[in-house]
Amino acid sequence: MSVIVDFLIGFFILVGALLCLIAMFGVIRLPDVYTRNHAASKAATLGVMSILLGTFLYFYFYEGHFNSRVILGIVFLFMTAPVSGHLINRAAYNSGVKIWDKSVRDDLKEYNQKKRNKSSID
Amino acid sequence: MFKLVMTISLIIVAISTLLYVYRLVKGPSTPDRVIALDAIGINLIAITAIISVVLNTSAFVEVILLLGILAFIGTVAFSKYLEKGEIIENDRDQ
Repeated sequence: MSVIVDFLIGFFILVGALLCLIAMFGVIRLPDVYTRNHAASKAATLGVMSILLGTFLYFYFYEGHFNSRVILGIVFLFMTAPVSGHLINRAAYNSGVKIWDKSVRDDLKEYNQKKRNKSSID
Repeated sequence: MFKLVMTISLIIVAISTLLYVYRLVKGPSTPDRVIALDAIGINLIAITAIISVVLNTSAFVEVILLLGILAFIGTVAFSKYLEKGEIIENDRDQ
C-alpha cells in the first residue's frame, strides 16, 4: 500500500515538474506573443495542477487529513489561469503587437476591417 | 527514493522558474514580460507545494491560495492597463 501511494505521489509531482519545464521551453523558444502565451497558460497550469494533486494525496495518505485548501487552490488555478491568459492575449492584440510573419491567417483582422467598413457606410 | 524524486522535481521547477527570467529581460514587447511574470508566479505555487511535502508540514498551504489570487489580480490589472490606459476607470471622465 505504502509503495503504491509513494509511486502515485512521486508520479504526479514528477510529471507536473516536467510539464513546468516544457512550458518554460515553449515560452523561451516560440516565435511570438500568442504562441508563447499558448504554451505558458496551458502547460504550466496543467503541471501545477498535477503537483498540487500530488501534494493533496500526500497529506491525505500520510497525515490523514483532507486538506480542502489544496483542492480550493486546484479549482481556483483551473478557473483563473485561462482567463488571465485570454486577457493578456487580447490586450496584446489590441495594443498592436504583431503576429509572427510566417503565420497565414488572421481572422480577427478581417472581422475588425469589415466592422469598420460597415460603420463608415452607416 | 521518495526524497530523491521530490528533490529532482524541486530542482526542475526551480530551473524552469529561473529561465523565465530570460524572457522577462529580453521579451520584445510588454505582454511578453507580463506572461513571464505570471508564469513565474504560477511556478512559485508549485515550489511552495513541493516544499510543504519535503518539510512534511501543511503550514504553507495558505500561501498557495494567496499566490494564485495575487498572480491573477496582477495580470488582470496589467492587461487592463495595456488595453485601456487606465486600471480603474472614472465614470465622470466620459
